[in-house]
Amino acid sequence: MSERVTLYASDILLMNLSVTIGKLKLKNPVMTASGTFGYGEEYSDFVDLNRLGAIVVKGLSLLPREGNPPPRIVETPAGMLNSIGLQNIGVENFIREKLPFLRKFDAPIIVNFFGDTIGEYEEVARKLNDVDSIHGLEMNISCPNKEASWKIFGTDPEVTFRVVQAVRKVTDLPLIAKLSPNVTDIAQMARVAEDAGADALSLINTLTGMAVDIKTRRPKLGKFTGGLSGPAIKPIALRMVWEVYKTVRIPVIGMGGIMNANDAIEFMLVGARAIAVGTANFINPLATIDILEGIETFMRENKITDIKELIGGLKCH
Amino acid sequence: MSKYFRARIKENRKLNKDHNLLILTPLTPIKEPEPGQFYMIGMGREEYDPLLKRPFSPLSSSPESIQILYRIRGRGTLIMSNMGEGSVLDILGPLGNAYPMPARNHIPLVIAGGIGIASLFSLSKKLSKRAYIFYGARKRNELLLMDELKNFAKELFISTNDGSVGEKCDITDILKRFLNSQSYLSDKFLLYLCGPKPMLKAILEIIKDRKINAYVSMEENMACGIGACLGCAVKTVKGYKMVCKEGPVFPIEEIVW
Repeated sequence: MSERVTLYASDILLMNLSVTIGKLKLKNPVMTASGTFGYGEEYSDFVDLNRLGAIVVKGLSLLPREGNPPPRIVETPAGMLNSIGLQNIGVENFIREKLPFLRKFDAPIIVNFFGDTIGEYEEVARKLNDVDSIHGLEMNISCPNKEASWKIFGTDPEVTFRVVQAVRKVTDLPLIAKLSPNVTDIAQMARVAEDAGADALSLINTLTGMAVDIKTRRPKLGKFTGGLSGPAIKPIALRMVWEVYKTVRIPVIGMGGIMNANDAIEFMLVGARAIAVGTANFINPLATIDILEGIETFMRENKITDIKELIGGLKCH
Repeated sequence: MSKYFRARIKENRKLNKDHNLLILTPLTPIKEPEPGQFYMIGMGREEYDPLLKRPFSPLSSSPESIQILYRIRGRGTLIMSNMGEGSVLDILGPLGNAYPMPARNHIPLVIAGGIGIASLFSLSKKLSKRAYIFYGARKRNELLLMDELKNFAKELFISTNDGSVGEKCDITDILKRFLNSQSYLSDKFLLYLCGPKPMLKAILEIIKDRKINAYVSMEENMACGIGACLGCAVKTVKGYKMVCKEGPVFPIEEIVW
């Protein structure tokens, strides 16, 4: 019995799961997807936050946001639509009320944020840049641009370039641009964000969708449309991560319907350096840890000693 | 004791066309809920469809057994109704807040519409013989657990819209009559409500000029159950609140209808 335990421990020691995202070193590639893990504390009863590769918190804006009218969530086949409306407590409340708790853990903290205008993006990024113990920034560019008739920032290459470049100029923290999948050419958007100075890309954000109640003839969401997530979007997410991986030199963080370790490994094979667990947290609050342990088991069983062997390991011929 | 556990279906008893009683055996020790709290129950399906857990209030819950009364209303509950003995479910809970208990001089009135009784049953039991229970539904087969409720109630009032059992009216009509006949006790009444929105709004109309306090258990579509997804927002006078964490029980005057 004790011999078995010793063997198991040495197996672990021989495996390297660490990855780097720009100058940020993660002890393993399992991150949380913004908006699905609250500010970390919501899950701390279930998950040892120290074990996570990184914690990405709910997206912050300059001022608190009230969010959208209900219903905000509706289930669809193997997925869910949400229209939360970017509800959040605002960047200053986060720094004052939520960050002190997160600081106690050994996982890097990546703060997701957004703005209504490029100026707002800059202002939020500046505020976050000046705070200790934030290890990286992830900018959500799938939100509406007040200065362009509320068109989504990340669906226009020129606007994408300008907003990423503006944020790049005000922060030296590792900067991740989270791409919108609601575009014709995801590789183009990826290239633009890279050229504008992003250190890494994360994708995909949710796909815009809709559901209708045929009896009342009303949209099932209070705001009519929402973002689709969950297993239903995984094939699209994989394809997009693969296309982006082939196009850019900076690291790609893959996400979109990852429910288990096999899903995570698929993303790594098509090129994701790290992966983020989103909707799965709602289904299983231990999903992040289950996925981490599942990756370790897969590596052990397949005699993979370094996780880098998986990244981009797809065989196409 | 984890709030995330598995339980085996001991029985999934069909009560009638639309309602089942689910009896579960937890596979690990559980924390016992207070009346008003709920569980998120997932069907643990490999194909992730249905994807999300569903919130249910237990009729009773002990380390040995959890009883869930549910109405087959959508795709999730339909699939759940076909799950057999021995199937294992994923459960998160107990979650949310509880009904505040009445003070000694309060006269509790429990008002349930349809499947709303599932949330109020354990409260009624705990209030043993103290509460006046008002229980309304559209038709006979939607009125359940009548024998138990008769036992728990100081007095039980029943109505159906088709008159198949009890009085043919809305339960709010009976409540109004009761309050009118006992108006000198208005400041002693404490109401506990769970049911469809039209019922809740009608009750608000009845009580708003009488200075009667009421607690209402709210319902919204929900994903995580622990305040992370911000999906189950309900509009209150203090902005949006989350049904799963800040509720499901709210003072009725806080809700913006």
